[in-house]
Amino acid sequence: MTTRLIRNANLLGQDPQDVLIADGVVQQIGTGLTADGATELDATGLVLLPGLVDLHTHLREPGREDAETVHTGTRAAARGGYTAVHAMANTFPVADTAGVVEQVWRLGRASGYCDVQPVGAVTIGLEGKKLAELGAMHDSAAGVRVFSDDGKCVDDAVIMRRALEYVKAFDGVIAQHAQEPRLTEGAQMNEGTVSGELGLAGWPAVAEEAIIARDVLLAAHVGSRLHVCHVSTAGSVEIIRWAKAKGWDVTAEVTPHHLLLTDELVRSYDPVYKVNPPLRTEADVMALREALADGTIDAVATDHAPHPAEDKDCEWAVAAMGMVGLETALSVVQHTMVDTGLMDWAGVADRMSFRPARIGRLAGHGRPVSPGEPANLVLVDPAYRGTVIPESFATRSRNTPYRGLDLPGQVRATFLRGVPTVLDGEPVAPEAVAGAVA
Amino acid sequence: MKRHLVSAADLSHDDALLILDTAEEMAQVSARAVKKLPTLRGRTVVNLFFEDSTRTRTSFEVAEKRLSADVINFSAKGSSVSKGESLKDTALTLQAMGADAVVIRHGASGAPLRLAESDWLHGSVINAGDGTHEHPTQALLDAFTMRRHLAPGLGRDLSGRRVTIVGDILHSRVARSNVLLLATLGAQVTLVAPPTLVPIGVESWPCDVSYDLDSVLSKTDALMMLRVQRERMNAAFFPTEREYSRRYGLDSLRMGALPEHAIVMHPGPMVRGMEITAEVADSPRCTVVEQVANGVSVRMAVLYLLLGGATLADHPTRTNAEESTK
Amino acid sequence: MTAFHDEGAAPRAPHQVLDQSDIARVVTRIAHEIVERAKGAEDVVLLGIHTRGVHLARRLRARLADITGRDIPLGALDITMYRDDLRLKPARALEHTEIPPGGIDGRLVVLVDDVLFSGRTIRAALDALNDIGRPRAVQLAVLVDRGHRELPIRADYVGKNLPTSLREAVKVQLAEIDGGDAVLVGDRDYAARSSQALAAEEQSGDAEQPSAPHLPE
Ligand SMILES: [Zn+2]
Repeated sequence: MTTRLIRNANLLGQDPQDVLIADGVVQQIGTGLTADGATELDATGLVLLPGLVDLHTHLREPGREDAETVHTGTRAAARGGYTAVHAMANTFPVADTAGVVEQVWRLGRASGYCDVQPVGAVTIGLEGKKLAELGAMHDSAAGVRVFSDDGKCVDDAVIMRRALEYVKAFDGVIAQHAQEPRLTEGAQMNEGTVSGELGLAGWPAVAEEAIIARDVLLAAHVGSRLHVCHVSTAGSVEIIRWAKAKGWDVTAEVTPHHLLLTDELVRSYDPVYKVNPPLRTEADVMALREALADGTIDAVATDHAPHPAEDKDCEWAVAAMGMVGLETALSVVQHTMVDTGLMDWAGVADRMSFRPARIGRLAGHGRPVSPGEPANLVLVDPAYRGTVIPESFATRSRNTPYRGLDLPGQVRATFLRGVPTVLDGEPVAPEAVAGAVA
Repeated sequence: MKRHLVSAADLSHDDALLILDTAEEMAQVSARAVKKLPTLRGRTVVNLFFEDSTRTRTSFEVAEKRLSADVINFSAKGSSVSKGESLKDTALTLQAMGADAVVIRHGASGAPLRLAESDWLHGSVINAGDGTHEHPTQALLDAFTMRRHLAPGLGRDLSGRRVTIVGDILHSRVARSNVLLLATLGAQVTLVAPPTLVPIGVESWPCDVSYDLDSVLSKTDALMMLRVQRERMNAAFFPTEREYSRRYGLDSLRMGALPEHAIVMHPGPMVRGMEITAEVADSPRCTVVEQVANGVSVRMAVLYLLLGGATLADHPTRTNAEESTK
Repeated sequence: MTAFHDEGAAPRAPHQVLDQSDIARVVTRIAHEIVERAKGAEDVVLLGIHTRGVHLARRLRARLADITGRDIPLGALDITMYRDDLRLKPARALEHTEIPPGGIDGRLVVLVDDVLFSGRTIRAALDALNDIGRPRAVQLAVLVDRGHRELPIRADYVGKNLPTSLREAVKVQLAEIDGGDAVLVGDRDYAARSSQALAAEEQSGDAEQPSAPHLPE
């Protein structure tokens, strides 16, 4: 395996250092390093971070390969600086058996761009009625630790309680998509001033907050680990802050789009802004940024949700919900958190790599950049300014809300266990990674 | 005026008055033996109805024909659209047919705006009711009817006139368009409904809200009753039909509490016995039939003002007014 | 009258061809002609064509009342929706069309306009009349006939024949809306010098223009 010497990289945004990689492992960190025969990479001006970890990715395979495949999705992930993603269970068939999660896991291994950690469904068919075989999914080759009915809420309090309890046996976590179903029947967008004017059925914040409140109490009661997916309201932040203050084992994630966009955008009725949970208000956005900065929210998760053009090129009510996000996540975080002074690059590493890996119990990811650790790394050019051009994306879908927007930062290179998956800002050829990563 | 009529908010005070004044001229034409003008000869107008609405479609169709436009009725219900053809494909088809204007009724809020802002077709888009969003020509015909009764005369607006709109505001596109247009025209609007049928965020609307119909009757110049669908009862918006009628329905007693000059309006179709008693519906103070006639005049005015001059379809290469000066 | 001038010569400022007393005299003469030719004007209905035709019709009516001692029915006609050049400009605001209570069926309708030019306005007016009723006959009275007809239309009563070139613009000003009475002739090019002048021309009775020099705007 090639020995690589990254020169003058600002490690977590600090002073320039050289980083020597060999055998998939960080060998040495220091200044003025030398290594015979090493491939050198000038990283002057670039920030070096641990490879990013996404807790919430929809790879769509199996079943909706017209929107995304594991191959295209992991290429997109690598291009966004990710070295591991959690593949959500709402595929066709649903990832509610050991067979399906193993299939997804194998597809990820074969792709080689990024590790794919399947998420298992909590209930059979995401129907919220009967627990899926959580233990079998954990015991499979995929080693599932995160379970979620994402897209649907586990709204039955008894089922939720049992799931929380059951996964304690193998240190699992339930990742809840918090959405009270009755309060959101037919809901189209955040309920508020804008929905009232637009005549779109409202999606009240309380529908999210009521479930989170119930779940943190349940988790506390049974002494389990709860993870809250894509927190979108200021009220949810308050509840999570309260639960954490109580010392309960609750973690939470926020999406990049909820850190930047508001429901004002829905005035265009352009379904590219249709997403679940919906875009909220400016006050919510500010509360989410603050919560991410102070650690109340643990992680940024993309909720990358690719859809084919025809599912968005239509009237709002019938359009699919979701946005692609893998390739813009880091830029949006830099724009909303770093460039605003709310967080430094060490904070980015913590919220986008260390903590998500810990929540998912992923060994080998989210590790400090230090000798002996796996060389899962990303080099970012924070000075870059560019316009988002969806046509240049590696993901199969184009449903980004950022088209034409100027965003900072660019991933220049990504390394998965020492193997470059992205160089000069573009994914390497598939042959270069397939089977190359140990 | 803008090129499309999607929302009542698209209309400035001057635009709204221009439409109302033009509609008065159109009303004259409708009173003649020969109820036809050659104005839109050679223009093609498509009535694209994704929802059944015989009354609105017929009103537009009469208006279009009185202006000599070629009319195509494209009923999307029961056509290829219900078999999954998208709004986009339908629009592309209409563009290929050379539609100068598309009058669209759609169950999804925002569908007309999607059409207007897309490059799927180049003609003007006229919103004939979209979901629970807006129905601007209904608001125009309501304002036209109010002006005739409460502030007659060309060039006049509705300054100081008090309009009360009662019923299912939450699901009403008529209410939304009326609030916007009436505010533009200077009227004071009060919405009356049970709190369950008032939208969240209504504080930001240019109107007042009351839960008590009886308290506003004496301060009302025009009382507009909205249809309340019985199905709403099942979604727990109110306990029973009887209770709704008792608290928010209009009967003779309540009508008697209105000032002498006040009119009673209804966009139709009425649910007699629910929001309005038969006695009130048939009383001379009720303008329902007049509203229908005024609908044709107002729609003629809108069609004329959008299509009666040069349009983008005539000079597709023209991008702005600058170029037109030479 | 030197209607023509060398190509490339500097455009000339408008000059007055009729003043207030000329216009008053002309209106009186036309009133007499109407009485004479219409046998006392018993069944005459005056219909002024917006905008200045309406004011001229009102003046004619006053003269006819002086002469005959009777009130002649007076109406106003907006021919916008019958124009053949609607697509050349954005939609225009309509003026109020008012048909006198007795209607026009079986009457002698005298259309009144300020300037007769291509004849297209009168063609539109005749079409409008056709939809309004069935007059016994239709006649046309104009303050100025400047020639350059594009349709087989002529006036029955002409205040002044004014030979002009197509490069010229004729402006009729009436006290009711323009602050004073006058008929002016000037170069179209001169008028085009300022957008204000263009707007003024549009406001004046010269809005009817031959179609030939028109480019899509
Ligand atoms: Zn979700």
